[in-house]
Amino acid sequence: MDKIAIVGASQTKYERRKKGEIFYDMIYEVTTKAMEDADYTLEDIDNVITVSNDFLDGRTISCMAVQEAAGAHDKNVSTIEGDGAFGAFYGAMRVLGGFGTTLVVAHSKGSEGDPKIITNAMFDPIYHRLLGLDAISSSALQASVYMERYGITEQQCALVSVKNHKNAKNNPYAQLPMDITVDDVMRSKKIADPIKLLDCSPISDGAAAIIIANEKRAKKARTKPIWIKGVAHCSDAYFLGDRDLADPISLKDASKKAYAMAGIKDPMSEIDVVELYDAFTYMEPLWLEGMGICDAGQGGQLIEKGITVMDGKLPVNPSGGVLSAHPVLVAGLVRIIEAALQIRGEAGDHQIKGAKTALAHGINGPCGQSHCVWILGSK
Amino acid sequence: MSEWLQDVKDLTLKGQIKVPYTWSVGEVGSRFLVALRDEKKIIGNRCKNCSTVYVPPRKNCGRCFKDIDEWVELGSKGIVTAYTIVRYDYPLQPTKAPFAYAIIKLDGADVGFVHIIKEGLDKLKMGTRVRASFKEDRKGNILDIDSFTII
Ligand SMILES: [Zn+2]
Repeated sequence: MDKIAIVGASQTKYERRKKGEIFYDMIYEVTTKAMEDADYTLEDIDNVITVSNDFLDGRTISCMAVQEAAGAHDKNVSTIEGDGAFGAFYGAMRVLGGFGTTLVVAHSKGSEGDPKIITNAMFDPIYHRLLGLDAISSSALQASVYMERYGITEQQCALVSVKNHKNAKNNPYAQLPMDITVDDVMRSKKIADPIKLLDCSPISDGAAAIIIANEKRAKKARTKPIWIKGVAHCSDAYFLGDRDLADPISLKDASKKAYAMAGIKDPMSEIDVVELYDAFTYMEPLWLEGMGICDAGQGGQLIEKGITVMDGKLPVNPSGGVLSAHPVLVAGLVRIIEAALQIRGEAGDHQIKGAKTALAHGINGPCGQSHCVWILGSK
Repeated sequence: MSEWLQDVKDLTLKGQIKVPYTWSVGEVGSRFLVALRDEKKIIGNRCKNCSTVYVPPRKNCGRCFKDIDEWVELGSKGIVTAYTIVRYDYPLQPTKAPFAYAIIKLDGADVGFVHIIKEGLDKLKMGTRVRASFKEDRKGNILDIDSFTII
């Protein structure tokens, strides 16, 4: 693969409800800030990818409504309807396909629609939608299979919530910095067993943007280029009943491909920091298993042993993760931004010292139907 | 956000995207839903290539990428392979909380079937045997099965 790099990145602060900013304002803000970050002007942006969803926006063909805010007036602009990690994948492909630079921008305001009604509509209208499934109840089904099969405990999952909300205290963009205990999580309101309130990510508003450049154009940017060493995505079956929900095979495939591209043989020792898509606490150990960071069923112990805390052997979600801010569609792009900031050494108070190689991860579809895995590096 | 906005109630607009759809249920969907409605039977189908018995049935096997043409009658019993007791209500759920979602491996099927369980939630476990109970007034949709009940 030709050398391509992330040369600009920006995000809004994530909030339960942004009353001051409409979609256009959030996109304009992150587009401007990403260009400032790279020291690029609009002339330096060769094409634009927007990430949006019609139901979240509350308007159809939502991709056509935000182009000017993304600096795409008179430019080649295209759209991904799905998580921002997949939007960034498309952006990387466009740079590999001949564009010198791509701006990728994602936005959403969970506060303005109804997340349960919107996520119910992702299910098949003939067989599943009338059952009333939504993102929470379907994820609870996955949690039940995973935790039962391997004896993963609710306390182990609670530790993820404690760790990530604590990490969020060092991230000025996070929505839910909190000092909580395992007991607080265990005693929080039951939502859909085994998921309790503090096992869930919040409803969030926000936007984020990155600029990807080829080697030649990366030289023009002010920032230290963060090289895309490996990236892959893979998808599993649509119907929940067709999948083994405790065995994320699409994540295994995507990880293997991304590691092969990046020349990684032992992810545990070669990766310095992970930013993954923890929409619910159980997802952190399950996805770590899928990434081959540990064996199947060992994710709970990995967390219990403190390996994933800030000063552990492999810190996971130093930003606070999706549990601490969950702007849908944006959240996967944020994982890439956070991974890039770590390698730049610009992650502020949640910096992992000496981070040179980072893994970022996004998901799409119910219960992590598809996964996108990124390996970023300093060289 | 401009400072003056912090101290005032923001002006908002209410709206809704409400679009009526009329989805074709397709060839295998018709047979499946008509069997639920008219015979209180759950039918699946088997891929000749990989032997997977699908329920609900599929016209093609997505794994083998081959057509499926062998119907299988599955009966109405199976075991719970995943479940969650839902504690919250929202308007699109078919019944009041608490109730359970479950993935049920019907006897003779190779994939899970997603549905709800309303009664005996305190007895619900992985591996619990359940049976489909049908509504009296059936309309040709997935809720013609009222719910699964613990055997
Ligand atoms: Zn087959």
